[in-house]
Amino acid sequence: MEKKKTVNLNLKQYGMVFALLAIYIIFYILTGGSNATPMNMNNLIMQNGYVVILATGMLLCVLTGNVDLGVGSYVALTGAVAAKLVCDMNLPIPVGFLAALAVGTAFGVFNGFFIAYLDIPPFVATLASMLIGRGLTYVFLAAKTIGPVPDGFKFFGAGFFISNKIPVGDGTIEIVTLIVAAIATILIIFSEKRSLSAKRKYGFATPPAWQTIVKLAVILAIIWFYAYKLARYNGIPIVLVIMAVIVGIYFFITSKTVAGRQVYALGGNAKAARLSGIDTRKVFFWVYTNMGFLAGVAGIVLAARAGSATPKAGDGFELDAIASCYIGGAAAAGGVGTVIGAVVGAFVMGILNNGMILCGLSTDWQKVVKGLVLLGAVTFDVISTKRKK
Amino acid sequence: MSDYILEMNHITKEFSGVKALDDVNLKVKRGEIHALCGENGAGKSTLMNVLSGIYPFGTYSGDIMYNGELVKNHNIKDSEKKGIVIIHQELALSPYLSISENVFMGNEQTTMKGVIDWTQTRNKAQEMLEKVGLDNENLDAPVNSLGVGKQQLIEIAKALAKKVDLLILDEPTAALNDEESAQLLEIMLKLKAQGITCIIISHKLNEISYVADSITVIRDGKTIETLVKGVDEFTEDRIIKGMVGRELTNRYPERNREECPIGDVVLEVKNWNVYHPEDADRQVLKDINIQVRAGEVVGLAGLMGAGRTEFAMSLFGREYGQKISGEIYMHGKPVKIKNVKEAIANKIAYTSEDRKTYGLVLINDIKWNMTLAALRTFFSKNGVVNGNDEIVAAEKYKKLINVKANSIDQEVGALSGGNQQKVVLAKWMLTEPDVLILDEPTRGIDVGAKYEIYCAINDLAKAGKAVIVISSEMPEVIGTCDRTYVLNEGQIAGELSKEELSQEKIMKCIMQHNNRKGA
Repeated sequence: MEKKKTVNLNLKQYGMVFALLAIYIIFYILTGGSNATPMNMNNLIMQNGYVVILATGMLLCVLTGNVDLGVGSYVALTGAVAAKLVCDMNLPIPVGFLAALAVGTAFGVFNGFFIAYLDIPPFVATLASMLIGRGLTYVFLAAKTIGPVPDGFKFFGAGFFISNKIPVGDGTIEIVTLIVAAIATILIIFSEKRSLSAKRKYGFATPPAWQTIVKLAVILAIIWFYAYKLARYNGIPIVLVIMAVIVGIYFFITSKTVAGRQVYALGGNAKAARLSGIDTRKVFFWVYTNMGFLAGVAGIVLAARAGSATPKAGDGFELDAIASCYIGGAAAAGGVGTVIGAVVGAFVMGILNNGMILCGLSTDWQKVVKGLVLLGAVTFDVISTKRKK
Repeated sequence: MSDYILEMNHITKEFSGVKALDDVNLKVKRGEIHALCGENGAGKSTLMNVLSGIYPFGTYSGDIMYNGELVKNHNIKDSEKKGIVIIHQELALSPYLSISENVFMGNEQTTMKGVIDWTQTRNKAQEMLEKVGLDNENLDAPVNSLGVGKQQLIEIAKALAKKVDLLILDEPTAALNDEESAQLLEIMLKLKAQGITCIIISHKLNEISYVADSITVIRDGKTIETLVKGVDEFTEDRIIKGMVGRELTNRYPERNREECPIGDVVLEVKNWNVYHPEDADRQVLKDINIQVRAGEVVGLAGLMGAGRTEFAMSLFGREYGQKISGEIYMHGKPVKIKNVKEAIANKIAYTSEDRKTYGLVLINDIKWNMTLAALRTFFSKNGVVNGNDEIVAAEKYKKLINVKANSIDQEVGALSGGNQQKVVLAKWMLTEPDVLILDEPTRGIDVGAKYEIYCAINDLAKAGKAVIVISSEMPEVIGTCDRTYVLNEGQIAGELSKEELSQEKIMKCIMQHNNRKGA
């Protein structure tokens, strides 16, 4: 058999990205371009930041073949803890944040313990946590709203990265955003080159040059388009920084580390994973602990953006996070899915929401459309996998 | 010609341009047991799926004559109405339903529309069970309380309840031990006496030559020949010749002693005691003492339930049992093994008898499956996986043990049993073990793949590994092992050298042990 030196890129991997772009363009036309204003592009990030963070953690749960139903409640409780400590007890903001993260993590440990070491089905354990968390939030806040939180707190949900605006035409353009975009461009091209040269060194097949160039061009075009829009507004939102760091870390963990591979193996076949030397209980424990921690992060971001903590905060977030994973190609049975897919899934829902609001659709109809999109995306995925076989 | 109950003429079935069946002819006489032989992927199951309507009329070419009439089956219900029932390799029983409910599953005995008549269900279930030799079963017991062998018989009872004329059994004895298999074969002969025609697909050629009246051999989607009892030569070697297209002179490749000298003791287990995981008073293994040397292949023989798999699993990181006591020595040094990770670290590998459930992540590709057990040790640095090293290793082992797949990115779930087994073997070879415990390494795989697995075992021995082979097929133990421990009821009943090893000796060992215990 002669050795082929080139191999085509797997297009299915990028299918959801194209769907995302298509939805964006459809709403661009429907709203007459108002979903592309700098302010709206900025809002897309700020409104969906916490869903993206939750979807990232939820993906790990989904990979094990389960979900965490409690995240909405943890978000509410952790936000409440942070706000109460900072506003009512006048403690420094970092202390409030650490307490919130600790509470989130504690819920994760609680779930992880029951799921991993007592073999309680995750659905049941996290359903219990959902009720407990929501109840504690009401008790803790005495069913009232706490706020407004100080500006230093708000910064983490509504603030912007260091910025340097210079006037251009009828507005301003923010320089740091463009510099960051330039650095990102260099890093992306550099890492692509490195991975290709490593492949060549091993003598593996690489995709034809034009495919790589098209792929990079599309990615960079999206980055620069977004960077330009943000630069015309207030620069890089802090939420974007938090999101990017978290997504980056979890992308790395799931795709490049032993720990990540163990989650996939556990989700694909827990018994085989055990007999391959993987401590499946430990994996379960950490997946749920991690979910609690990230819910803490999302709770802080949400309270910061809203400027206050309310007992109803985060209601239904667990379902948004779960839906994001499924829309992004994760399998309900476990073992299949990617962080990038979950992020794209979260943005599909975010852009839909945003577009429908701009079109003036009522929230009632928005839910109907979201439900249909979830069903449609998963149906498409299931049918196309079947056809492949 | 009503002499034939079934005639399948010139059947051709294509899957996206690939011919799975190419002009296949199968003629089954009324009232006979007709065996269908061929390697995995030869097209046996496809042919049976065409017959039973899983591949409906029109998706294949050629015609099927059943009782002299042209058959156009559109689904399984169509074929079952005509009295054609197929029993698949994977049992189709609902584990928590009772025996009688399972016997009439999909065929419920009803009074009015949809209301089950329990009296009739139980009476008829009893009647069907008696036909398959299960006279004294509790009809209300959940079916999963029975062993696999009896469950298989329930499947047959279920088929009989559907008024079957032509019964198709796909690998009915694959999961059974010798005793259970023999019982099943007797029942087939009994059914034959009652006028039921059977088609049996099996890899166990000794069973086929015992039970079948004629044999049709399929190779690469084509009918090669039909052998008739009393007319043609009807031996295992003759069937294999048809299946592989050449004479396989030696089914067990020879190990060259000079190339593969037996070295020092690698693994020694002393006074190994294990209790049942759910019943702390039930001792499953009693005072097991074994040792295995470098370059040596040691067999663990015994009947189903003798405790062989339990021994291997309890040794392999205490994955089975509780209150485990005893010592393990590797290269003469005592080691403590509390979990699988430590077993792997101590250079012990175990391939399960059930590769799909315990061996592989079926939705993952070949590469990921091969490297899974060795990922932390050999394919990562500081917890970060080196994907390129993985590709190199997977490509190397794919070639080395001849895994037939398009690429290492192929899902293992799509591979044949033999190739899946090779992936499992590669996975454990990649952990660079000193001791390999292979539990039923050739269960349910075809003759050609078996031969390749035996060659791989030889190579392992040659490389100085200590190999333990657990097998229910006595000829396999005899053909591959240098020395064999016979297990019976959780104890070592005896130890046999290669020279004294024979099926009779093994059985004698077990009988004597039973007598000693009885005395």
